[in-house]
Amino acid sequence: MLSIKNLHVKLEEEDKQILKGVDLEVEAGKVHAIMGPNGSGKSTLSYVLSGKDGYEVTDGSATLEGEDLLDLEPEERAAAGLFLAFQYPVEIPGVGNMTFLRTAVNAQRKARGEEEMSAADFLKVIRAKAKDLKIDADMLKRPVNMGFSGGEKKRNEILQMAMLEPKMCILDETDSGLDVDAMKLVAEGVNALRTEGRGFLVITHYQRLLDHIKPDVVHIMSDGRIIKTGGPELALEVENNGYADILAEVA
Amino acid sequence: MAEAKLQETPTEAMIARQSMPQGGWAQAAREDALARLRTMGLPQRRDEYWKFTRPDTLTQAEPLPAAVFDHGDAPLFDDTERLRIVFVDGAFDAEASDDLSLEGVSIERLATATTDLHWARDLYGTLEKAGQSPVVRPLAALNTAFATDGVLIHVTGKPSKPINLVYQHKSETSDAMLHHVVKLDAGAEVTLLENGPAAARFNTVMEVDVADTARFHHVRAQGRDHERRAATHVFTRLGTESLFKSFTVTVNGAMTRNECVIELTGDDASAHVAGACVGDGDFHHDDTVFITHDAVNCESRQVFKKVLRNGATGVFQGKILVKEGAQKTDGYQISQSLLLDGDSQFLAKPELEIYADDVACSHGSTSGAIDEEALFYLRARGVSHAEATDLLTLAFLAEAVEEIEAEGLREEITGRLSAWLERRSA
Ligand SMILES: Nc1ncnc2c1ncn2[C@@H]1O[C@H](COP(=O)(O)OP(=O)(O)OP(=O)(O)O)[C@@H](O)[C@H]1O
Ligand SMILES: [Mg+2]
Repeated sequence: MLSIKNLHVKLEEEDKQILKGVDLEVEAGKVHAIMGPNGSGKSTLSYVLSGKDGYEVTDGSATLEGEDLLDLEPEERAAAGLFLAFQYPVEIPGVGNMTFLRTAVNAQRKARGEEEMSAADFLKVIRAKAKDLKIDADMLKRPVNMGFSGGEKKRNEILQMAMLEPKMCILDETDSGLDVDAMKLVAEGVNALRTEGRGFLVITHYQRLLDHIKPDVVHIMSDGRIIKTGGPELALEVENNGYADILAEVA
Repeated sequence: MAEAKLQETPTEAMIARQSMPQGGWAQAAREDALARLRTMGLPQRRDEYWKFTRPDTLTQAEPLPAAVFDHGDAPLFDDTERLRIVFVDGAFDAEASDDLSLEGVSIERLATATTDLHWARDLYGTLEKAGQSPVVRPLAALNTAFATDGVLIHVTGKPSKPINLVYQHKSETSDAMLHHVVKLDAGAEVTLLENGPAAARFNTVMEVDVADTARFHHVRAQGRDHERRAATHVFTRLGTESLFKSFTVTVNGAMTRNECVIELTGDDASAHVAGACVGDGDFHHDDTVFITHDAVNCESRQVFKKVLRNGATGVFQGKILVKEGAQKTDGYQISQSLLLDGDSQFLAKPELEIYADDVACSHGSTSGAIDEEALFYLRARGVSHAEATDLLTLAFLAEAVEEIEAEGLREEITGRLSAWLERRSA
């Protein structure tokens, strides 16, 4: 599904290398987790994959189902099925959450040559999905993420994911800022989307989330590289011992 | 004589081109305004009040021609039941206009209101004259002296539908001057809609006298003809617990100067003036507002938003004057521009002058580009760059549009803005 090979990325403005050869393969139907110390490049990887400005790919490749992602505009990547749940969802004053989502859903449908969703259908679907995530009608009407609490923002990301039904979902610290109940809701939202054809890349610092969203593979990222890959037990090891042992091991 | 011609000032050249309607109750006010105009002289480039806007094309005797633009859209406000009064290049069009009778209001035309003791006699030119100090507005005096027509609206109740002044532009060289007077009795409420390009050059004055507890709503859309030019003035005086709300949307137009002069004279009154404008290329738009607080516990609010690109220029001059004794004044003023490229410019001069100690006044002016973070967020969800820019542009204008109280009108204006943006970016 998502195939990242030897990805090297530096900042556009500065001569600073952030990703130093990332290799990662997420298969359809699987959940991969990435853990790693602060500043190791996890968010950068997610931004580069989704097409944010400010980064320069100096080497390597990233493809989604064989299609070269790095050549596409952000909106084309989204239409191709890539989704990023942001670590810091952006507040957009003046743009209604509902308007935003409907525009997004229909833009993607149009880009894929599919028929647009009618206003009535859209309303029906979004109401049901919002209810599952305990997002009330008022939050749907408010401007995107404006005045949302940290946890509400994260739930709103999952709502967008549920509406857009992407093939490849990247979740960047979606668990941070969530209370225990909200974490369960979010995990349920994610698990509901786990299907044969869909891949997940879950960036997190905590084992807690992985109790609810059981990963198939766990990667440890450090200083712009994946330094270790293993099963779910790797996350437990990090939870118990921190990164020191793993870093020492590979050094 | 050729020599004498060379000596003629622009003001005299302009006056020479006009002919004052003779006789009737407005004659004295017109003569008075002419004298005022001669003393002031038309605006010049060096005038401080015209620092950001060149007055030349508004003050030269002959207007520059403006091509007539057929936008092909359904007329604005078509979704709203309304009483239409149509002017074509400044001339009343009886055929196209509705019957002027409506419960709760009396509507007459300036050109045909000949009664000697007309109610408008005490108002025509009065608010304009009061608004000439501390800053002069010579184009408004010119209008009072020479306006060829206009409407006189006396609101005694709450008419069931808005009154819509429709300004059509059919002649490339038209130079139109209309003067409206609106008087709201205590407790009355009316919505006045204005739309259309009006003429190649349009000079309009509206004087609005809002009595105690009366409510006046004004929604205006200035026509989209690219080369049209306009100088507009709204003068209003507000009584106790009254409300004045004026919103203007401007898309295109080579030159627009919209002046709004508000005097809060009764306690607990509220005045809101807002503008949303979208300029592309050869576009100059100037909002000049002067609000005087002369009573206790009044609120005023100015919200001006301009989207500029391809070398368009936006200007905002806004002043809040709080007179001695105007305690508990709440004055808010915001003017912002969204510059879609590096060629456009926004010039702002916000001013506060306060002579009372218990007031809350705030003003802010910003100029900025599209928020890149928000743009990326939208694009990451599949919204195209163009559509995302439009969404953010509309969002930027929203605070001004939200000043329109009636939901239907607000939605219609938003719909128009959204369609215009979409067509541009297509
Ligand atoms: N635009 C930028 N300008 C300057 N430095 C940047 C920029 N983007 C990323 N960096 C730097 O690159 C490194 C990786 O950052 P990144 O946000 O990818 O880390 P992370 O692994 O997601 O960390 P965290 O766990 O704290 O979220 C950091 O040192 C960060 O400061
Ligand atoms: Mg991060």
